[in-house]
Amino acid sequence: MIIKQLSVFLDNRTGRLAELTGILAANDINISAFSIADTADYGILRMIVGRPELAAEVLKKHGFAVKITEVVGMIVPHRPGGLHKALQVISDSNVAIDYMYAFATGDCNATAIIRAESMQKLVEVLQEHKLELLKEGDVYQL
Amino acid sequence: MIWNEHYECMERESLMKLQGTRLKDMVERVYYSVPFYRSKLQDQGIEPGDIQSIDDLKKLPFTTKQDLRDNYPFGLFATPRQDVVRLHASSGTTGKSTVVGYTHNDIMMWSEVVARSLTMIGATRDDIIQVAYGYGLFTGGLGLHYGAEKIGASVIPISGGNTKKQLQLMEDFGSTLLACTPSYAAFLGEALAEEKIDPASIKLKAGIFGAEPWSEEMRSQIEKLLRIKAYDIYGLSEIIGPGVSMECHCQNGMHIFEDHFIPEIINPDTCEVLPYGELGELVFTPATKEAMPLIRYRTRDLTRLHADKCECGRTLVRMEKCVGRSDDMLIIRGVNVFPSQVESVLLEMSETKPHYLLVVDRRNNLDILEVQVEVEEQFFSDEVKELENLRHRIKANIASVLGLHADIRLVEPGTIERSMGKAQRVIDRRKLQ
Ligand SMILES: [Zn+2]
Repeated sequence: MIIKQLSVFLDNRTGRLAELTGILAANDINISAFSIADTADYGILRMIVGRPELAAEVLKKHGFAVKITEVVGMIVPHRPGGLHKALQVISDSNVAIDYMYAFATGDCNATAIIRAESMQKLVEVLQEHKLELLKEGDVYQL
Repeated sequence: MIWNEHYECMERESLMKLQGTRLKDMVERVYYSVPFYRSKLQDQGIEPGDIQSIDDLKKLPFTTKQDLRDNYPFGLFATPRQDVVRLHASSGTTGKSTVVGYTHNDIMMWSEVVARSLTMIGATRDDIIQVAYGYGLFTGGLGLHYGAEKIGASVIPISGGNTKKQLQLMEDFGSTLLACTPSYAAFLGEALAEEKIDPASIKLKAGIFGAEPWSEEMRSQIEKLLRIKAYDIYGLSEIIGPGVSMECHCQNGMHIFEDHFIPEIINPDTCEVLPYGELGELVFTPATKEAMPLIRYRTRDLTRLHADKCECGRTLVRMEKCVGRSDDMLIIRGVNVFPSQVESVLLEMSETKPHYLLVVDRRNNLDILEVQVEVEEQFFSDEVKELENLRHRIKANIASVLGLHADIRLVEPGTIERSMGKAQRVIDRRKLQ
């Protein structure tokens, strides 16, 4: 249930992000989702890609600071209060969320990528409440 | 092992007598052959006959780097140009470069002091020395080269750069000693790990590193990366090049070859000579130099001298690792800052590597120091709060060492230029304004 996310350190230089996406494109690696957490000086790019290990390797070869982190992808039911219910469950179980970001998928559903302090506990809680999680198998080809 | 026991273990009294004789001879030579010195001595009412012993050294005027620039290129030569067999020059980061000349005897003397230096750390004809100092106008490469040949070692004159080749020859030829700048040694050590070369296939046992200030932390870093003993060699082209002083196996300072280079420590502001043990500017009089003897040359390096006998048996004074070159010293908001201090902080923190750049700027009449530090994979966290945490810790550690707040900027790995020779650690934008 845990999926692999690629995190990359980027300093705020023009064209740096395009350089990165160019490298991934050249290696035929698909980006399914991404978000950037930025500060004044630098940003942390987080993304879900096809073939994360290969992506990490080629980016490292090009001098990027890359890390593979574990996250879960939770399918958010497409109805009012859908996201709220999920977050309520997590909050009630005292699982601290480090960060999350969401993206829409083709079928009108949304997927939330969540990173929590304790990933194991997060997965347990979500499964216990029958929330649908992305599996590794389908996530890399989103 | 001692290369030249006669001079390296001489009784101090005899040594001082020898220095006196050599000084007297040198002053006479420059008085009659270098117009710059003749007028300088005449201005102070000094005649060659006034210099009889080493105690008279303090009567003599100083020579500065500016004097070398003013007499560019050959104005300070004390021999006819035809007797000069080698010319070296320092890169002039500010204005004109400084030129130094050597006669045949100067080259022999230089080889002798480098031979002593290498022998000091146990090098013999059994060794294979990889000289990765730059060859060319810079004195590092050729200086080490001739000394290494003198002791009969096998020299690999690979010069600086071309890291892959360095590692390959190190492995194929079985180099036992490495001579280069400490920053390049650290770089080679990292490259060794990156190329996944088995350290067991490398026969290096020691390194001779110098030409830029480096910290004790940097030493342990290099020793760990390359699995060698790292020794400090000191020198400057104005005096001879590498081999002015060298650390023995006791590693409690660098022995100065005083029979050739007479050292003094002065208060840089008052020029008053300071006793052994006190911190001040290092001054040298290379009394036996033929082509370019200098009187009391101010090195700008800050250090202390110790004259008590070393366990290795040498009687030569020892100089401590330089606190910094007063040229490298930055004055930021009135505080003296040496790049080496920042380096120690980064090396002490397990998360950071010593790749850094100090950028000094002035905004609204206030000096601003920015320290750029590379985020390496090992300590890259994908959480902003973790990175900010790290940034604050670096900031606090630097503040406690420098007594000054610096802005810490985290940059991507590999962004800070790696140097094959002397590392560029400072960009001072205030000078451009
Ligand atoms: Zn010693």
